[in-house]
Amino acid sequence: MTEVTRATRGEVCVVACAEAWRGDGAILASPMGLIPSLGARLARLTFEPALLLTDGEAYLVDATGEIEGWMPYREVFTMLAAGRRHVMMGAAQIDRHGNQNISAIGDWKRPKAQLLGVRGAPGNTVNHPVSYWVPKHSPRVFVPRVDMVSGVGYDRGACELRVVVTNLAVLDFQGTAERVMRLRSVHPGVEVSEVVAATGFPLVVPDEVPVTRAPTAEELGLIRDRLDPAGARERELA
Amino acid sequence: MTPDEIAGELRDGMTIGIGGWGSRRKPMALVRAILRSPLKNLTVVSYAGPDVGLLVASGQAKRVVTGFASLDSIALEPHFRRARQAGTVELTELDEGMLHWGLLAAAHRLPFLPIRAGLGSGVLEVNPELRTVRSPYGDPFGLGEELVAVPALKLDVALVHLNRADAAGNAQYLGPDPYFDDLFCLAAERAYVSAEQIVPRLAGPPQSMLLNRAMVRGVAETPNGAHFTSCVPDYPRDEAFQARYARAAADPAEWEKFSARYLENTEAAYQEAARA
Repeated sequence: MTEVTRATRGEVCVVACAEAWRGDGAILASPMGLIPSLGARLARLTFEPALLLTDGEAYLVDATGEIEGWMPYREVFTMLAAGRRHVMMGAAQIDRHGNQNISAIGDWKRPKAQLLGVRGAPGNTVNHPVSYWVPKHSPRVFVPRVDMVSGVGYDRGACELRVVVTNLAVLDFQGTAERVMRLRSVHPGVEVSEVVAATGFPLVVPDEVPVTRAPTAEELGLIRDRLDPAGARERELA
Repeated sequence: MTPDEIAGELRDGMTIGIGGWGSRRKPMALVRAILRSPLKNLTVVSYAGPDVGLLVASGQAKRVVTGFASLDSIALEPHFRRARQAGTVELTELDEGMLHWGLLAAAHRLPFLPIRAGLGSGVLEVNPELRTVRSPYGDPFGLGEELVAVPALKLDVALVHLNRADAAGNAQYLGPDPYFDDLFCLAAERAYVSAEQIVPRLAGPPQSMLLNRAMVRGVAETPNGAHFTSCVPDYPRDEAFQARYARAAADPAEWEKFSARYLENTEAAYQEAARA
């Protein structure tokens, strides 16, 4: 194992993403993006060994990449509808209720920027837990109102929105009756005021905002030596 | 049949379902045959990749029914993106599970199937024709929900690409994912299969024999026919060629050159140019 030095921001984010799946047990973890993928695999290797992971195609694989089962798209849809899945998606836009947009920016009829499309976001958000990963926390992403509701927020019937992990902080929807976005923790070295300034709507900020937990020595070793030896994680951050 | 004969059986204004997923196992030789044909005003139903991109770029797809358009290793389909931003293609945007349900409804000859996906989302706002239903039964899950009634996505024609087929239309996938090719075929009035190889008799695991001949109207042997999308285990995606496609798609002058070099001649000429 390499000598353990202070965790980088990317490593803090990997662990924050891993924490999203804590307690989920034997469900399908579907991370979108590199840091969420590293997080899901880290969770599986440490505190959440029952998680099901795919190879990004149609196989279920264990933490070492060995095939343990079959998960073609039709089965993903079935697991999704059965509620036995927790996905961490990206968000081009997200509002305080957790409505997310990955479809198009501007007027949907003739968008300024066509993005991916709603994909499975509408179904995901009404069927099973959903988290989000935002590598660049900014008012362009955290908006008062999204242009097209792909994933639904709590005001539109979301099943469970677990956490929003960003390059600056972890946010959730706890602590208020209307379940709007709250600052849960700031990453080491980040000020609360930075997060507030990078958020384009009023964020619920508790009196005491904890610092996102640091990776353990074991977690750092796994991230650095096993999961991402090339260090690609830092490049996903803005 | 040849790809051109299959394209010759299609008509203007048809609704055409295309199998595969994103940039995976797409019946590209059949799509290229459509590009060479005068067909127009098509509605294309697809888990969209370069199949949709090419038919949008040629102006032959008037409407696309999909949940996304992606090249997988390149996140956004460039032609689809450009056409949407220019307002030159109509879109029915559905959750990808809704698309599955619409095909299943059509395959089962049901007018609709209920699903939770779509509730509360923009999908119901941009498709005002979509309706919801309430269960006529007691709800065993106690949720008391209104559900989206996904209308049957009835297809005139389905086009799919598989690894192996026999001359009668029994066909087999050898990769890890069947995608929804069987449903596309059953949702369609007529289905056409292209295959890497036509063999006298299918061999291998029975579960891989996805299509039977009752689902299929015609078969074409198209070696490398999914190129540049993947058709594992016969071949992976041609990433270099796909990157060339995406770069060309970003610039109308470059696209004209790409089109002249690869798309305006026969399938055999395409395959030769792509190898060069």
